[in-house]
Amino acid sequence: MPRVKVQRKSTAIDMTAMCDVAFLLLTFFILTAKPRTEDPVPVDIPASSITQPIPDDNVLMLTVAEQKVFFTVDGNDIRKQTLNQMGDKYGIKFTVEEQTKFSGTPIFGVPMNQLKQFLQLDAAQKKEYKQPGIPNDTTANNELADWIREARKADVALHNKALRVSIKGDNKEEYPTIKKVIGILQRQEVNKFSLITTIRTAPKTN
Amino acid sequence: MAELDTSSGGGKKGGKVRSKKASTRVDLTAMVDLAFLLITFFMLTTTLSKPKAMDVIMPDKDEKTKEQEPMAASRSMTILLGSNNKLEWFIGEPGKSQPTTEGYGKDGLRKTLVEKGKEIQASTGKFMFVLIKPSDKSNYKNLVDVLDEMKITNVTSYAIVDILPSEIDLLKRDGNY
Repeated sequence: MPRVKVQRKSTAIDMTAMCDVAFLLLTFFILTAKPRTEDPVPVDIPASSITQPIPDDNVLMLTVAEQKVFFTVDGNDIRKQTLNQMGDKYGIKFTVEEQTKFSGTPIFGVPMNQLKQFLQLDAAQKKEYKQPGIPNDTTANNELADWIREARKADVALHNKALRVSIKGDNKEEYPTIKKVIGILQRQEVNKFSLITTIRTAPKTN
Repeated sequence: MAELDTSSGGGKKGGKVRSKKASTRVDLTAMVDLAFLLITFFMLTTTLSKPKAMDVIMPDKDEKTKEQEPMAASRSMTILLGSNNKLEWFIGEPGKSQPTTEGYGKDGLRKTLVEKGKEIQASTGKFMFVLIKPSDKSNYKNLVDVLDEMKITNVTSYAIVDILPSEIDLLKRDGNY
């Protein structure tokens, strides 16, 4: 009697379906991913029960932490336009290269006179650089108010939309700093703005 | 995981040279590996919990007109935010009623807001008006917490107002400044 030969099965698995799923998921994550802008200072945002998400575009965000204020505005074109208007106002001429660099800078917090120097740095140096925050004294040297005003003007000029202002504050930030920022907004008659919060996870104990 | 070549075999003795049929299957293992690696990367870098936006509407601050509409003191509640996560509240005008020191959260402010809101509704027939006065010693979290409580307890009329010196004295007296 001949020996029954055991049919050897192929060890290869059909990977096609797995590959399909993997790439589908990959596409989804790539499309939904928004590059996270690294904050120059750690910001621990407060929790609340609000469930309304922050709008995707057309947002001007003021990050407030460690008594410093940082400025973020969405859209490369708006950033560029804002920079040019600020340059006109302060009599600083920005080169095309500097304009391009600025439009790729999502968040910054340097006074006008240090801005050129700041734009020269590369990404790693920017991280190291201790940004002093945008001057926001209530008296003469109020660059923050100018930045906000020019950004709003730029958004109206380019997109004919009213910029939404939001404040992203640190939990431990003392109220006077917040008050100053709110005061600046109120003087420009921005009476409606948003505070950025996260969703509350654990029930509050205190 | 090598593909086993099953297409060939036999036909060695035949005279005709048959062209070997190449397998059409591509080894997808490496591709899947790469895809999953990238998926993992994107999953870990995306922030799934999007930050929320709490809308705040401030009263119109016109620096020219100083006159303001008087408001019934009986239905206004003032909340003073002090240091160390403590707040004080009183009904009516400052100095006339004793402020109560309280904490934030479910058993503190929220309870008071609900109770007082009902009391005022019952006695005056109108809704309660809340004035939020953060002192310089309070922090941003306190402000957000109070605004959040307003939303939770459905207090629709509230405003963030500057604190008066006499109210700072109240906070100081109770050791909350």
